[in-house]
Amino acid sequence: MIARLTTALAAAILLPLPAVAEVEIQEITTPGGITAWLVEEHSIPFTSIEVQFEGGANEEPLEARGATYLMMGLLEEGAGDMDARAFSERREALAARTDFDANNDSVTIGLSFLTENREESVDLMRAALVDPSFDPEAVERVREQVLAGLAADARDPQEIAGETFAALSFPEHPYGSRIEGTPETVAALNIDDLRTAHTRALTRDRARVGVTGDITAEELAPLLDRLLGDLPESDPVDIPEVETALDGGITVVDFPSPQSVVLFGHSGIAFDDPDYFAAFILNHIIGGRGFDSRLMTEVREKRGLTYGIGTFLSPRDKSEEMLGQFSSSNDKAAEAIEIVRAEWAHIAEEGVTPEELDAAKTYLTGAYPLRFDGNSRIAGILTGMQSLDLPIDYIPNRNDRIEAVTLDDVKRVAAELLRPEDLHFVVVGQPDGLRSGSF
Amino acid sequence: MPIRTLVAGLMLPLMLAQPTLAQVTDDTVTTFTLDNGMEAIVIEDHRAPVVVHMVWYDVGAADEPPGKSGIAHFLEHLMFKGTDTLEPGEFSRTVSAQGGSDNAFTSYDYTGYFQRVAADRLELMMRMEADRMRNLVLDDEDMLTERDVVLEERAQRTESNPGAIFGEMRSAAQYLNHPYRIPIIGWRHEVSELTLEDALAFYRRFYAPNNATLIVAGDVEPEEVRALAETHYGPIEPTPGLGPRVRPSEPPQVSPRRLTYEDARVSNPYVVRSYLAPERDTGNQEEAAALTLLAEIMGGSPATSVMGRILEQEEGVALYTQASYSGTSYDDTTFSLAVLPTPDRTLEQAEADLDRMIDTILEEGIDPAQLERMRTQIRAASIYERDSLQGRAREFGTAITSGLTVQDVLDWPEILAAVTEEDILAAARRVFRPERSVTGYLRKPEPAAPPTAARIEPVSQAPGTATLPEAPETPAAPADPEAPATEVPAPQITQPEETDQ
Repeated sequence: MIARLTTALAAAILLPLPAVAEVEIQEITTPGGITAWLVEEHSIPFTSIEVQFEGGANEEPLEARGATYLMMGLLEEGAGDMDARAFSERREALAARTDFDANNDSVTIGLSFLTENREESVDLMRAALVDPSFDPEAVERVREQVLAGLAADARDPQEIAGETFAALSFPEHPYGSRIEGTPETVAALNIDDLRTAHTRALTRDRARVGVTGDITAEELAPLLDRLLGDLPESDPVDIPEVETALDGGITVVDFPSPQSVVLFGHSGIAFDDPDYFAAFILNHIIGGRGFDSRLMTEVREKRGLTYGIGTFLSPRDKSEEMLGQFSSSNDKAAEAIEIVRAEWAHIAEEGVTPEELDAAKTYLTGAYPLRFDGNSRIAGILTGMQSLDLPIDYIPNRNDRIEAVTLDDVKRVAAELLRPEDLHFVVVGQPDGLRSGSF
Repeated sequence: MPIRTLVAGLMLPLMLAQPTLAQVTDDTVTTFTLDNGMEAIVIEDHRAPVVVHMVWYDVGAADEPPGKSGIAHFLEHLMFKGTDTLEPGEFSRTVSAQGGSDNAFTSYDYTGYFQRVAADRLELMMRMEADRMRNLVLDDEDMLTERDVVLEERAQRTESNPGAIFGEMRSAAQYLNHPYRIPIIGWRHEVSELTLEDALAFYRRFYAPNNATLIVAGDVEPEEVRALAETHYGPIEPTPGLGPRVRPSEPPQVSPRRLTYEDARVSNPYVVRSYLAPERDTGNQEEAAALTLLAEIMGGSPATSVMGRILEQEEGVALYTQASYSGTSYDDTTFSLAVLPTPDRTLEQAEADLDRMIDTILEEGIDPAQLERMRTQIRAASIYERDSLQGRAREFGTAITSGLTVQDVLDWPEILAAVTEEDILAAARRVFRPERSVTGYLRKPEPAAPPTAARIEPVSQAPGTATLPEAPETPAAPADPEAPATEVPAPQITQPEETDQ
């Protein structure tokens, strides 16, 4: 392990810096007033569209928890004059691909279509967005699937850990309960709830549109008006910001399994915070991708206590956390937790080394252009940028923000962000020698 | 997370992956062979300055010596330790320092290593990959720690997942003699006894240029790749006397097998029926093509496939159905059907439903419109798949290590498109043979075990795929271009066909 940092550094110096992503984004505004970001890529005859609608399941009342999730699951289960089967047959005949996803902060739809089937494919998705049937039979069928999923999750240690952690963190906030709802709320949802969720979540003015593929701006504009033009305007609900209610400590949830699943964390940092990039680099060094983060080295490589451990920043619209996760055999979980706490304290006090910072910067700047590999991935990045209010020229300048972070920045942010005494560990399993309580 | 994905997660892992459907013939694919026997495939894609560099070895879990289960996968982990010139872990650190990512995977028929980097870093990747083909240096301490990591991996992926344990039991019943009966990651009692010498013996024999295929995909020119490959891989000595792989083969299977696995962690019981089935053979892929379409027709879509339409939609007796067949395999594979019934139904009823679906397709034949839509999708898949560099590279890699040729891969879409209703029904009659089948029930013990976990107010978390070290699950989707969570995981209906580093 001694030679690791110098060698990595040497390699970085010897080779030229990676190419910057060559992604040319056009902003278009349709005659109907919809704004979209487009990257033209004509070498393969298909196009991907992603639309992210701000709002999401946060805006549903807690007593109708799960309405947005169920609603999104029903959009492809019948629309216009098509029942579920006719809708699927049409999609297959067009070879279009669709995607419906619900989150707390937003809901997202994806559509990929062959150039030759552009208009018909957009019409199909339009029907799902604007004119879903919520046919009672389909509602019952999908409701049963959601309930079965909830029942399975109730016996899945990974899910139990996530539920427990969120519930303890955000007791009164939508972030604290499952987006799928509870068995009770899901059972009680009616078609009015779904229609309400539909009108609230899918709105024209809160749509962030990213498009990549074999299409020009002139061709795209009328298609977008067709796709989104008949959606209603939004009537946003005010969702409060929320801070985690968790204090430092351990919560053990008894579960019969050879391994303990451990989820840990404390509050984090907002994306628009000036120190976000320093925190981003810091997280990468502690537990980001790859096999050589501090925690992977200490917990996996040196001691074999886990198959994998990682940490991540989770900045959401209404709250921020810094979280991490691993699984360890029941007889090893306590030791692994001690190592995580020690490493947290160590970095909070000492910061990171110049070599670690350089290696992280080289990785993060080099990896960035490699993300832009595929139409639907790029479309997703375009919507993500818009939802964060990033400028359209963010991509070529993003690596500069990484490079601008200094060792002192990381040290200062580490001292503020990493608070070992505030770390809370939710442990699902039967870990030896661990009990719920504070440290 | 689409709801179908959520439900699909309930019954994972079932069986081999659904194959990707097609790959068009085009002039972006070229091949060459080095003097030492190493084959190479270059897939050009100049859209972005990115390259995927892979080395696939023609060796996997099905090639392990008796009693040494898991050695192929364990060695794959150890390949990230040092060589004569690289410190332990330096390989991955160097890739990271270039902004790249690397990993490896082990299956029954292959072991693969890959890096994804900026295209101008290809030579460095080749230099390091060539180095560790022959120059691995291991000590006992590395070995013991890494063995613990593998045991943790097994605990996480298999022992924490009743569906995965069920899958191991079903495979062991499906294959009477062939090593596909043994889990890729190995049986715990054997993995915990693996030694450094076991790993090195396996390594020295099988990690050789004449047992490897190089695949380079991305923004490269074939001539440049060849020159680099000759420089870095060319000088490596082959292993003499490596013949074609011959594994213990199956005797005639003359008796249907049944098994039940009960686990208190099961919430949604289901039934799986698998049949021994032929795989794609070089120059002879028609039967596999017919079975590929049969799987799509029976269980490909919840709304339009035979099982989905009838059992899920019309009758409402199943929450989830699936038909699965992966023809890309060195030896005989399986064709599987699964039904996860609604809570008011028994597994016996679900099994009867499953049998009824087989009768339905054999008696009523195939809707010509459905077959036509499928042909449209096969054609479209060959367009969509060009979008994924890694996907194309992997399609060739799995095919080559399963005994197929580049030409077989290029021919596959047309063979699929030429399949007729008669072909499918004839293949169905040949494959649905009770004496070659295993019927498995996964359920919770009776009487139901007491609730195992203290339920606290439920909360949102993305339902789950197995946690890999490089991508821990996030409890919430961050709206952050630094970690775009916009990619929705595909339904995981695969058995742990592969296992990662």
